Amino acid sequence: MTKAPSNEPATNEKSPHELKLQLLDKALKKCQYQQDALIEVLHTAQETFGHLDEEILDYVSIQLKLPPSWVYGVATFYNFFTLEPQGDHVCVVCMGTACYVKGAGDIVARIEQEFDLKAGTTTADNSLTLVSARCLGNCSLAPMLTLDGEVLGKQTSDGTVAAIKEKTCLSSVVSEETS
Amino acid sequence: MNSVELHHVAEQEQLRQQQLNLRLFLCYSTPCLAAGADRVKVALAALLNELDEEQRPTLEIVSTGCMGPCSRGPLLRLARLDEPEEIYEKVTPEIACDIVRAALAAQTAVVEPLPTDFPFFVRQTLIALENNGRIDPEQIIHSIARGAYSSLGHVLHEMTPEQVCGEITRSGLRGRGGGGYPTGVKWELVRKAQAERKYVVANGDEGDPGAYMDRTIMESDPHRVLEGMAIAGYAVGAEQGYIYVRGEYPLAAARLAKAIKDAERRGLLGSRILDSSFNFRIDLRVGAGAFVCGEETALMTSIMGRRGQPVPRPPYPAQRGLWGFPTLINNVETVASVAPIMREGAEWVAGIGNEKSKGTKVFALCGEVVNSGLIEVQMGTSLRDIVFTIGGGLPDGGTFKAAQTGGPSGGCIPAEHLDTPVDYESLQALGSIMGSGGLIVMNETSCMPDVAKFFMEFCMDESCGKCVPCRVGTVEMLELLTRITDGSAMDQDLQTLEDLCLLVQETSLCGLGMTAPNPVLNTLHYFRAEYLAHIRDNRCPAGVCQLDQIPLLKLPEHAEQLAIFKEEH
Repeated sequence: MTKAPSNEPATNEKSPHELKLQLLDKALKKCQYQQDALIEVLHTAQETFGHLDEEILDYVSIQLKLPPSWVYGVATFYNFFTLEPQGDHVCVVCMGTACYVKGAGDIVARIEQEFDLKAGTTTADNSLTLVSARCLGNCSLAPMLTLDGEVLGKQTSDGTVAAIKEKTCLSSVVSEETS
Repeated sequence: MNSVELHHVAEQEQLRQQQLNLRLFLCYSTPCLAAGADRVKVALAALLNELDEEQRPTLEIVSTGCMGPCSRGPLLRLARLDEPEEIYEKVTPEIACDIVRAALAAQTAVVEPLPTDFPFFVRQTLIALENNGRIDPEQIIHSIARGAYSSLGHVLHEMTPEQVCGEITRSGLRGRGGGGYPTGVKWELVRKAQAERKYVVANGDEGDPGAYMDRTIMESDPHRVLEGMAIAGYAVGAEQGYIYVRGEYPLAAARLAKAIKDAERRGLLGSRILDSSFNFRIDLRVGAGAFVCGEETALMTSIMGRRGQPVPRPPYPAQRGLWGFPTLINNVETVASVAPIMREGAEWVAGIGNEKSKGTKVFALCGEVVNSGLIEVQMGTSLRDIVFTIGGGLPDGGTFKAAQTGGPSGGCIPAEHLDTPVDYESLQALGSIMGSGGLIVMNETSCMPDVAKFFMEFCMDESCGKCVPCRVGTVEMLELLTRITDGSAMDQDLQTLEDLCLLVQETSLCGLGMTAPNPVLNTLHYFRAEYLAHIRDNRCPAGVCQLDQIPLLKLPEHAEQLAIFKEEH
């Protein structure tokens, strides 16, 4: 996996943050600042910023003329909105019935153990976020998970750990330890 | 566009398709994509490019929606001029190219297609899924060629709203989202409601774990859903519709958004649809991950941009729904059944199924079964037929233990009831529900108290916290189930659990809480011995639970064990 080099041209007058705010403004304009469109606006904010921090929530509440508590309430009610920044790689393990029956619980336990984190949290070095989801609707692939948006079906705990290690750079560290 | 033009466009496209020598339908839905359908497509496209100028225009690759047997993907369907169709399973780029080359040379391919009498296909009755796997969902012209929007044209020009509602009532269509409320009655209620504005909502917030019928319908045949909504809008007098898609289904949302745009561009949605005086707009709303939003009142608050918490009924949405106006809210699968009813007539659908449950139902068959995938069967088909004939039985010589239906609101049907006809009433009599259509087969390695605990954890997690019985009750019930599965439960815990189940069932505000105890009560009814084995014999018959704890009350008598326990922790 090669990452796109983060080239921020020095000539650009606007910081990435401002550019992101512009995108958010566009979404706000598109919905004509209607309060009913709060969820759509938060969707856009989550997509552009990766998470919703206090500043963004405040900004949305001012723009839509909604009380901050209202915006915070909605942002915390839905699972899709996260208030904490996510890791470089995101692994979403489906814990729907079909996946559970076929052993998704073991996979989650194995990842938790291997990477020393709990479902719903991020590793200390910010390389991996583990999320357990309530059925992603691909039950015929059970047990399935998505790794950075890529669907992996019919997984085993060993295979999953290997796939994650390939993504993160943790593999080198672990092999040093075991040798 | 008017009806005549629509008909003309459809005929032209049909003619074009009939002139093609070979049409390759490649399943391009998520399971097949994960199995490598995209690589197959690249290989096939390259193969087609190699062909000479004469042959190329007579061929076509169509990336379709779901074909059904997802566990056998990627699937390739071959339609040759004047020859029966063939379906190939588990194709790789090499196999696919070989099949196509053989077909072009009129030879037989190395690999065998699925037999024509393959029970998975033969035993199904396709109504809601009839276009799945036969059209490219992103091409409106493919849908039109298969008759999309022709029912809408017929309804707009030949029928009054009363007649449309009457037709739906006579067809016996019932809500496919789980409740089974007669659809015609609902439509009639909204039609008769007096208000300056009305709304139609299609509920695509399919939260039940193990169910993906709505996702497949929205992804594979989005125009079917839009047409159904427009017909519903005409019937009840609404000019605005919303389709609420689960946040977990980005592909479904993208395809619906494209479908809405395409339909608007051709005048099949929007103002003066098909040259009638009827206007109907559809807006897409994408959920953000909350199971409770599948409940109709919660879904409506979510559409209005608020926390998706339910409100007490009555007033029902038909009386006071979105922004206080009468709202018709139907499941996506129900909406997808509307157009065929209008096309074929109510009597046709009423003739399918059994006495109280008419028509067909789509199930997502998965778990421990050979052919997992999406199926549509007549109401009243026996569970045995579904699991063993269509599903091909359990893999690796497994024994059938139970089939879970209805997700966290349903229950597990044990082997002795395998011959039960699958319809609303029969499943209810067994303490389960039809639900939205998830059907998960379990073998002897599934532990029932553990399954009940799994669903209780789900309900606890997804409880919105508005009413106390559900918010507190699910936590307490989970605690009791955890004790049973870790070995620290006592006999009276079972009694407490049962009492609590009944309490939560009776006193919760919405469907989530009212049905949350169902998996517990149902498994307690059929698999009580398994619970007792956990509690009395400290043994998990399925070998799933660790049972490494002991009841707190017994601790003083087990001072030694306590000491060991303390050392270990």
